[in-house]
Amino acid sequence: MREIAYYEAKFEALNEIMAADPTVHLINGTFLSLSPHRHVYQELANKYRDRVMSPPISELGFCGLATGAAMAGLRPIVDISTGSFIFEGWPQVANEAANAFSMSGGQTRVPVVFHLFHGLRGGGAAQHSASPQAMLWNNPGLEIVLPSSPRDVKGLLKTAVASDNPTIFVDHVQLLDVKGDVPENDSPIPFGLAHVKRKGSDVTVIATSYMVQRCLQVAERLASERISAEVVDPRTLVPFDMATLMTSVEKTGRVVIVDETHQSCGVAAEIAARIVESGFDKLKAPLRRVSTLDVPVSYSPPLEDYIGPREDRIIEAIRVVLR
Amino acid sequence: MLPKLPRETLLDLCRRMFVIRHFEESLVPLHDKGVFGGHYHLYIGQEATGVPALSCLGGDDYLFTTHRNHGHLLARGADPKKLCAEILGRVDGYNKGKGGSFHTVVPSLGFLHTSAVVAGIIPLATGTAYAAKALKNGRITVCLFGDGALEEGAAPEALNLASLWKLPVLFLCENNGKYGAGRATSAAQSSTMAAFPLTDLPKAYKVPAQQIDGLDSGTVHATISQAVEKIRRGEGPQFVEAQTVRWPGSETNWPSVAQRTDSSVAWDVSGVPEKVREWYRSCDPLLIFIRELVDAKQATKEEIADIERKVKAEIADAVEFAVASPYPKPEEAAKEYFA
Repeated sequence: MREIAYYEAKFEALNEIMAADPTVHLINGTFLSLSPHRHVYQELANKYRDRVMSPPISELGFCGLATGAAMAGLRPIVDISTGSFIFEGWPQVANEAANAFSMSGGQTRVPVVFHLFHGLRGGGAAQHSASPQAMLWNNPGLEIVLPSSPRDVKGLLKTAVASDNPTIFVDHVQLLDVKGDVPENDSPIPFGLAHVKRKGSDVTVIATSYMVQRCLQVAERLASERISAEVVDPRTLVPFDMATLMTSVEKTGRVVIVDETHQSCGVAAEIAARIVESGFDKLKAPLRRVSTLDVPVSYSPPLEDYIGPREDRIIEAIRVVLR
Repeated sequence: MLPKLPRETLLDLCRRMFVIRHFEESLVPLHDKGVFGGHYHLYIGQEATGVPALSCLGGDDYLFTTHRNHGHLLARGADPKKLCAEILGRVDGYNKGKGGSFHTVVPSLGFLHTSAVVAGIIPLATGTAYAAKALKNGRITVCLFGDGALEEGAAPEALNLASLWKLPVLFLCENNGKYGAGRATSAAQSSTMAAFPLTDLPKAYKVPAQQIDGLDSGTVHATISQAVEKIRRGEGPQFVEAQTVRWPGSETNWPSVAQRTDSSVAWDVSGVPEKVREWYRSCDPLLIFIRELVDAKQATKEEIADIERKVKAEIADAVEFAVASPYPKPEEAAKEYFA
């Protein structure tokens, strides 16, 4: 098994996707964010000059352009870059792309991918730190994907591009340097398949995106205290794999949900509701959520750190449910 | 002025205009009786723009339209039965009742998606144009919207993209506000749009633009066929503003028909209620068109009356079909929202 960085796996996926399918076009190009590795993307841009487009700063315009192009035979991947910018393209994503297939009575397919970097990135302040996936989950018609490892980003990106539905690819800049095993000639990862990232028996920690990595570190620390945490990553919100989650919940009876969207009506709130509805009797203690506080994101490092799902808040929540 | 087309083609355009007029007029009593709900918009008064303009397109071209879409669909040859059933929310509608008046989609005629957000379609139209250019399939896209759509930010963003990337798209703005309240007219800036004339907007993005009389079928046909030719040659986007005079039945919140159209009105408006008489006398594009047909000896009054009679029967059948069509099963609402 070879170990590569997350950004390398993501770039490998983009490269293989572009080579395999001439109908894939990249609209806008910060797929590696402003990370030190962003030059890697330039190689792709040089290789496919007609299929890697640099649009004006017009999210509404180019999200619509990509949606229309998807209706007419292309498979565009749109880079919205910072998650907060999806609000500029919102009408096209939430109101046009998401509704087209249903509204047409199942006739018009929209195989577009909207890629973005969500969450607390370090200094993003209020307008570069949004995690719009909860709002998008409340908007039927969109598939939502959140990779958390090198293997997952590669396999899920391939499935996202192959999907005939509009798909939101929710990435996190803090993941770019994470290393992990990615087999050569790996296959795409189907949507709707949660993944147990670490086996455990005392508590189920459900985490998404970068929070999966944080929870794995927490689980490692708690292991020294003989607390056995199982870390489960849903990987996709739409479709959602309830069965894998409930298998773990039934085993441990104790649940903490860690996610970076704001607490109210957030991703953790929806997962909590589903667990309570389908398995209240399996719970040995009230479940806990660790989300971002319901306030705008502040700039200063201690302020930003305070509101997020910090490691100490996660540990505290785990201790509470184990009481 | 009539389009310079063979007589058979002119009579076909005439028939399509009648189809639109009688279809739209038939919807009003259905809505008034509660046979369908929700808001709806009619294309009456713009027939001489849509029918000749869309006759300039190829069978594979893409079209985007918005809330006055019935006319565009019918001009393109949509089946009035399936269109009416869709508007009534019935299972035999084009979208099985999932779309309704606002969102009727007929991919085989080039309509992939119809948005009820007035400028929502403008970026989408640049997208199908982008795809056609990338796939080199020779298709062009026509984007049909009203003057109000230019007030949304999506419009300038899309005009800029279309121009930068030389996309094969025709922006056809149907401004039915000539003399209408609050809209950009041929004489002044409106209360909702500072740009005047409207063609200043596309021109700022270097999209060639012209204003034409949308009541004049000959001008529409000549202008659109030239614009389409330029787009097919790879010259990039074109913009045309076709001006029409708003049908009085659209002045109110809900459409109302003060006068059912009959071709005889073209030559005698004395029976038309006075408050709408002037529109039928001088601004009704369908009546102008049939007067021109007779004056140019392309058809007799009797031939036109005969076309109209057949169309009326066809529309009556369509309404009967749609009313008899069942509603979809309620549980269909929770199905087929992902491919």
